[in-house]
Amino acid sequence: MDKTDSELLETIADLHGIPEGSFNIRKNGKLMARNSTADIEIVPKKDKDGIDIIVKPGVVNKSVHIPVLLTVGDFKETVYNDFYIGEGADVTIIAGCGIHNDACGDAEHDGVHSFYLEKNAKVRYIERHYASGDGTGKKSFDPVTNIYCKENACFAMESTQLGGVTSTVRKTFASLDDKAQLIVKEKILTDNDECAVTDFRVELKGAHSRADIVSRSVAKGHSVQSFGSDLVGENECFGHVECDGILLGGARIISTPKIDAVSPEASLVHEAAVGKIAGEQLMKLMSLGLTEQEAEDAVIKGFLN
Amino acid sequence: MLELKNISYSVKDETTGRTQEILKDLNLAFADRGINVITGPNGSGKSTLIKLVMGFEKPTAGRVFFNGEDITDMNVTERARRGFTIAFQQPVRFKGITVKSLLELASGKKMDTDAMCGCLSAVGLCARNYIDRAVDGTLSGGELKRIELAMAIAKGGEVFLLDEPEAGIDLWSFEDLVRVFDRLRDKTVIIVSHQQRILETADKIFLFESDKVSSAERGEDMFALLTRRPALCWRDVKEN
Repeated sequence: MDKTDSELLETIADLHGIPEGSFNIRKNGKLMARNSTADIEIVPKKDKDGIDIIVKPGVVNKSVHIPVLLTVGDFKETVYNDFYIGEGADVTIIAGCGIHNDACGDAEHDGVHSFYLEKNAKVRYIERHYASGDGTGKKSFDPVTNIYCKENACFAMESTQLGGVTSTVRKTFASLDDKAQLIVKEKILTDNDECAVTDFRVELKGAHSRADIVSRSVAKGHSVQSFGSDLVGENECFGHVECDGILLGGARIISTPKIDAVSPEASLVHEAAVGKIAGEQLMKLMSLGLTEQEAEDAVIKGFLN
Repeated sequence: MLELKNISYSVKDETTGRTQEILKDLNLAFADRGINVITGPNGSGKSTLIKLVMGFEKPTAGRVFFNGEDITDMNVTERARRGFTIAFQQPVRFKGITVKSLLELASGKKMDTDAMCGCLSAVGLCARNYIDRAVDGTLSGGELKRIELAMAIAKGGEVFLLDEPEAGIDLWSFEDLVRVFDRLRDKTVIIVSHQQRILETADKIFLFESDKVSSAERGEDMFALLTRRPALCWRDVKEN
């Protein structure tokens, strides 16, 4: 593991070296390190690139790290990871990906992650994407996340794109059975000519299922972001989507909501607000002694906190 | 000493296109120590004066001097760093910024819980319950107002500009508020207020009217100044 690797690992997964417990670290398409435990088993796929992560029923307070590093240009990979979460299990999954591309060729990592949560299972899924490097090659992520929650299961997803990512198209699909819950907190920062597209489709199938999606984005430079959500309420359920965006420079944010109350018992809400930083916020912070630039940075830092 | 010399401020009415004069050839001086309360009817230019002193607005004519130095062309940041501290009439909300980070930004340094407790307990808030909360719509108007004052205390300074600090604060907490002002009595404090209890703490009262400003110092019959004009000001005081 060299200096770039450790820096990327720290940024995307708060890891200082090799973690404890179950983990799978992948670098430039190859396995770097893996540890499987009795509670959380990691099995490589035979038919395609990827792994199966199997969490035994009732396993609680455990975590699994599956970071991916990409430090070369001219490299594109699609990895299929399937997560089987046993009944009553309660685990944290940390799945960051860091690209460092100094080359002129493009680097792209596409993770297709599918989560199958059994009854009463709980998952906290943390996904951080970050890219660095001065090369002219693109640094791209096109993740697909599929979530299937059985009765009373809860999936909490925190996805963060920290910057440097040239382009991303994120697709998230969730299907929720009775009393199942989906909580999403998404944070995206884009700059220069970067482009980020996120799309959510959530099917609230079960009675008393709930979905709460909050997206906060900051677009700087000439970057473009597009947020789309499609909530389908097929039962007595509650769904809430909130998209908040801050625009700086000549950036652009598009928010497209769709809510579909198939069942008359469904309650679905969409909120969206996009605009510049409020002048009074800058004024307040400047009256504390900050310069205009420092005030702007403080607002953004808090917003994406 | 903070001095305003021949200050005028006017704005253009967007609909009629006519120029509206808010302050006209105003001359005021505020001593280095003491509480100055500015009162007067709505639209008499009280909040405008606060904005001009902090640098949010530039006077159309006249100069502002602080300790003999002309600060008229200084921006807000420079004035803040010279010791000008303001508490807004309507506190600003920030998505995601916590009370702790705002207090630290105000004081310009890292603060431990004891230090934050010092600022928050002065305004009647318990640090433990507040430091990790975001300064957004989840806080009530009164809480935001108290945090706004706590920020001013954390920042410190030489000139304190408090625009209607009592607005939204319940009557039962007034004595706490008065104690906060008392602690600042060795600085230049300029408070915009209509409240009798706050007027009573003043070393000097300025009554803003549409065309002039009159003032009275402690020991003089300050309230006579106000009661002479019941239609303009005293009514507000009695109602509250």
